[in-house]
Amino acid sequence: MTSFTVQPGQPTPAERVRAVPPAARRPGLAGTLRSEFTKIRSLRSTYFTLIAFFLAGVGFAVAAAAGNRANGGQALFDPTATSLQGAVHLGELIIVVIGALVITSEYGTRMISTSLTAMPRRGVLYAAKTVVLTCVTFTVALVTSFASFFAGQAVLGPGHGGASIASPDALRSVLLSTVFVTCCALLAFGLGAIIRYTAGAVTTLFGLVFLIPLLGEALPTNWFHDIARWLPGGGALEPIIATKPLPGQSYLFGPYGELAVFAGYAAIALIAGFLLFRRRDN
Amino acid sequence: MIEAKGLAKRYGGKTAVAGLSFTVRPGLVTGFLGPNGAGKTTTMRLILGLDRPTEGSVTINGKPFSGLYSPMREVGALLDAKAVHGGRSAYNHLLCLAQTNDIPRERVDEVLSVVGLSEVARKRSKGFSLGMSQRLGIAATLLGDPEILMFDEPVNGLDPEGILWIRNLMKRLAAEGRTVFVSSHLMSEMENTADHLIVIGRGKLIADCSMAEFIARSTQQAVRAVTPRPDALARAVAGAGGRATITGNVTADGSGELELHGLDPARIGDIAFAAGVPLHLLAPSRASLEEAFMELTADSVEYQGAAHEPRQLAGTGKRTS
Repeated sequence: MTSFTVQPGQPTPAERVRAVPPAARRPGLAGTLRSEFTKIRSLRSTYFTLIAFFLAGVGFAVAAAAGNRANGGQALFDPTATSLQGAVHLGELIIVVIGALVITSEYGTRMISTSLTAMPRRGVLYAAKTVVLTCVTFTVALVTSFASFFAGQAVLGPGHGGASIASPDALRSVLLSTVFVTCCALLAFGLGAIIRYTAGAVTTLFGLVFLIPLLGEALPTNWFHDIARWLPGGGALEPIIATKPLPGQSYLFGPYGELAVFAGYAAIALIAGFLLFRRRDN
Repeated sequence: MIEAKGLAKRYGGKTAVAGLSFTVRPGLVTGFLGPNGAGKTTTMRLILGLDRPTEGSVTINGKPFSGLYSPMREVGALLDAKAVHGGRSAYNHLLCLAQTNDIPRERVDEVLSVVGLSEVARKRSKGFSLGMSQRLGIAATLLGDPEILMFDEPVNGLDPEGILWIRNLMKRLAAEGRTVFVSSHLMSEMENTADHLIVIGRGKLIADCSMAEFIARSTQQAVRAVTPRPDALARAVAGAGGRATITGNVTADGSGELELHGLDPARIGDIAFAAGVPLHLLAPSRASLEEAFMELTADSVEYQGAAHEPRQLAGTGKRTS
């Protein structure tokens, strides 16, 4: 197979170069998954965001453990939750940015029209983005959760109430915090697909996970207790990483229940985002 | 083959495209002309399925764009050279597009060398000049070696070298038997490139004819001559049944210019020779195609092919652009 280079301004003979082998089967999800992985790994913002999340998560675990060494002996001190607080809250703060950017950066740069010209089946493109984002954030969140847990426990040490991964519910908390952070990314992605602007998507998400729970607390206590377990953020998320009973918060679901509620919000955003993505002009 | 049938698109209350029907055929460069705001980009977005038509339909080889087996192997489209993520290198930009259609990696290097961007392949496209961005966009269209190529205003903002390069590329692609559909708001740009013209104004079809037809229709049969003896030439031409006008323009050496009607340049040359009048210049003078195009699109004049004369419609205001 020959190949030639066109020098600027010089016409080349009208010969056909068959340079591309025909598609063996209809291109679809497999290729688009590779494409989306190329997209996410070829941007510096991905690395900045993920490294910032990891470092801040582990740093927070170390700082929280150091600050709580004196509480080590208390019955209600939860060494696991102390070490994972950072990871879950930074998930809400940092990981959401990468989740939103996966789709909003395409609108911001108008890359979306190029992407949809290459793969016009919108369901395929949306699914590929969702899967790649899920895999990347899950991996990084898993590493960060484990690193945070071990770093925190190392600082506490056995003398100050440090837990081991074999301690009751410790492994569950580490894994659930990983899933929670992944859900943060997916919620942000769904909102990004709905709103199509990074700032708008991230601001809406902050409103959802920080502001609404805060406003909820302004309600009469019994009303708040009725709705608190259904809120997408705030204290409702504490059971997810808790390995000890949370006094005075019996109105919340348990760890799986609260994670399921949060995942439900992410699912609603993802589905609404998909329906709009499929229907709207891009 | 691109076929539009009654294609219409309204954004809110604003009509961008109003009932367009046309066919773009292979082996030709088809120029898609219209003033800014005429609906060219909208039409291209409708062809690519980026926007949904309000009415009508458009197909590529009989299928809607989203129904194509391997879209990049069938259609390469460049709507907006800056529609890339500037943080990604040229190579990775092309790679992520190629992967969606299972196009092998080696093809990315090939198209980079075809457009002359191999040396900056690993650089982030943020720093690219407009000319380099256009080349990157064109590289993307060539990835799948498609039969149909679409370019929206590809020479906008390019330097003469870049313009020449794109023109030659489009001609070469058409000579290879491909369908090339290229939009522009400048007639002068199409004059040297397009074989066929589709002209729209305010979202409606104004003309769909070959370039030759369009030129014939908009050309006044005039010949320009420069001679040291303009009066003698004017008399000789008038004697042969032509009309001569001395324009009054005088060249540096004192020769005068004439505009001659009713005779072709060969005949005028013979007449001048017979009359012993020396000619310093003899050239067909066409009314500028640009003027003809502007006249055509200034009003909402509707006609197709050469069969009808333009009908002036009353009450047409300035077009929105």
